[in-house]
Amino acid sequence: MIAAVFNSRGWYKFRRNPLSMVGLFLVALVVLMAVLAPLVAPYPQHAGAFVDFVNASQPPSWSNPFGTDLVGRDVLSRVIFGYQISLMLGVVVLGIAVPIGVGLGLAAGYFGGVVDYVIMRVVDVFLSIPPLVLAMAIMGFLEPTLTNGMMAVAAMWWPWYARLAYNMARSESREGYVLAAEVIGASTPHILIREILPNCLPAVFTKITLDLGFVILIASSLSFLGLGVQPPTPDLGSMVAEGARYLPDNWWMAVFPALAILVAVLGFNLLGDGLRDVMDTDR
Amino acid sequence: MGPSLLTSLIRRLWMSLLVLIGVSMLIFCIARVIPGDPARIALGPNATQEQVDLLRERLHLNDPLPVQYAEFVKESLQGDLGMSLYTNRPVVTDIGDFLPATLELVLFAGILMVAIGVPLGVLAARYRDGWVDNLVRLLSLAGVVTPTFVWAVFLMLGFAFFLEWFPVAGRLSEGVPPPPGITGLYTLDALLTGRFATFADAVTHIVLPATALAMTGIGQTARLTRASVAQAYDTPYVHMAEAYGYPEGRIASRYALRPAMIPTLTILGLDFAAMLGNAFLVEAVFAWPGLARYGVQAILHKDLNAIVGTVLVISAFFLIVNILVDLTVAWLNPRIRLENRRAAG
Repeated sequence: MIAAVFNSRGWYKFRRNPLSMVGLFLVALVVLMAVLAPLVAPYPQHAGAFVDFVNASQPPSWSNPFGTDLVGRDVLSRVIFGYQISLMLGVVVLGIAVPIGVGLGLAAGYFGGVVDYVIMRVVDVFLSIPPLVLAMAIMGFLEPTLTNGMMAVAAMWWPWYARLAYNMARSESREGYVLAAEVIGASTPHILIREILPNCLPAVFTKITLDLGFVILIASSLSFLGLGVQPPTPDLGSMVAEGARYLPDNWWMAVFPALAILVAVLGFNLLGDGLRDVMDTDR
Repeated sequence: MGPSLLTSLIRRLWMSLLVLIGVSMLIFCIARVIPGDPARIALGPNATQEQVDLLRERLHLNDPLPVQYAEFVKESLQGDLGMSLYTNRPVVTDIGDFLPATLELVLFAGILMVAIGVPLGVLAARYRDGWVDNLVRLLSLAGVVTPTFVWAVFLMLGFAFFLEWFPVAGRLSEGVPPPPGITGLYTLDALLTGRFATFADAVTHIVLPATALAMTGIGQTARLTRASVAQAYDTPYVHMAEAYGYPEGRIASRYALRPAMIPTLTILGLDFAAMLGNAFLVEAVFAWPGLARYGVQAILHKDLNAIVGTVLVISAFFLIVNILVDLTVAWLNPRIRLENRRAAG
């Protein structure tokens, strides 16, 4: 699927758009930093509950390019480890939300009737609560931990994939190849998974690329409110929240993690847009 | 009203009602399936078993789930969302106290979105690929990829601390008494009672938080307006107006913008939902005493009734706004409006 997008012609089209290349570069940068965090962070031990009061609240300098926080930890190192948490969160959330959403959407679109009505009304219900409010409500009833945070974000994310898959399944199920499969007596799971699903995957993967950025954005919003990842885990949202309390004197504590979130979301957004353009023109 | 509009309106209302019932069930289920005894959580570890039993009885926790839900719906319909277990006041009273501040914020953000986004979009469409067009592209990208709380922090740092143009936090300066509560919106109340100094003070306080909240929407509105106005500029009736030599401003406002308002209005409805959620973030940064702060407190204290009430009120608001948007779109669209007139006449 992705390979089909990136045949040589697709890659040529993608490469010609400078914004897409910027997106690819930013995503590569973020992913590399996250994966190699223990190697590239200047002070890997600062990711956890580390204390060095002598160097507390230092402005940016050569030894600490992003400054240090209230207990003397290097902000740059914590930002790099923050990317690790953010990316993992994004992957796990979409790993839960996408199969559920796509599965339900396909079923609703293919079967129609009561199944369609029930599933899509449930989707409507989820989509009619402002996303952040829904995640907050779920977090409100659970303990604020990383796992629960991921569940809360996944709960608000699956309906979008259900809508996407639903619309695709509705149009695809009228195509000749589905009818052909039905006529030769293929089983329903076969038709759904082997016939219709592959045709939905390119659109789903493009949306996943775009959404990785938005999941990072929403998750950081949750932890900004104190409803997500708890300290001392280095999380970009809670770092901004902590830094915001010491504005304007310790501005670096809020500004650099904030810019870090922006860079990640921007990267995935540009990359996703680029992929979508390639696919749209490819058809 | 003609039959087509009436049926679609009834269908729309029925759907909204269905969705609202669904939302209440969803929130209710989440609230009831949490691990642990809600009564025990509410009363804290020091409460005696007797107190817990008493509260369980009062909250109908001993009844089966459907009975609990029926009870909950009955009480909600009577305007009773239960007592806040933290503030010890009825949740409805609490929400009534905090909601106006949030509404004022969202309303101002909405006004900014339209007042800045729409003209920018029109200009971008009129001067395609000019600098306004590029600005709109940049703004919409920046709006989408920047979290609201990052806007809030940056605006606060730049305009409140560095330039000192606007106050840092709160709804009014210290020493300024709030205007008499008619609507709860300080700016409106101050105007209604003729306190112009208070009005000016309230406006300077709301500018930054409202801008932070509106930033995502401004870019989107501008982008969308640009797209639909650009489309309108290519239609024969605009070409004809140009051929007649009508002034540019008249063409822009009378001919190009009006059909372009329909998609913009639709996105406004959606953005309203996002803003109700994002208000939580802005209120946290600017110490804005609104529903969001109440909601976060409720969540941190595991105040079940307050959480359920807050989510229900926000969702109901969102549904109402979307119905209003649908009605306005129907009214704006001559195809729908005229069809009705024909049907009625």
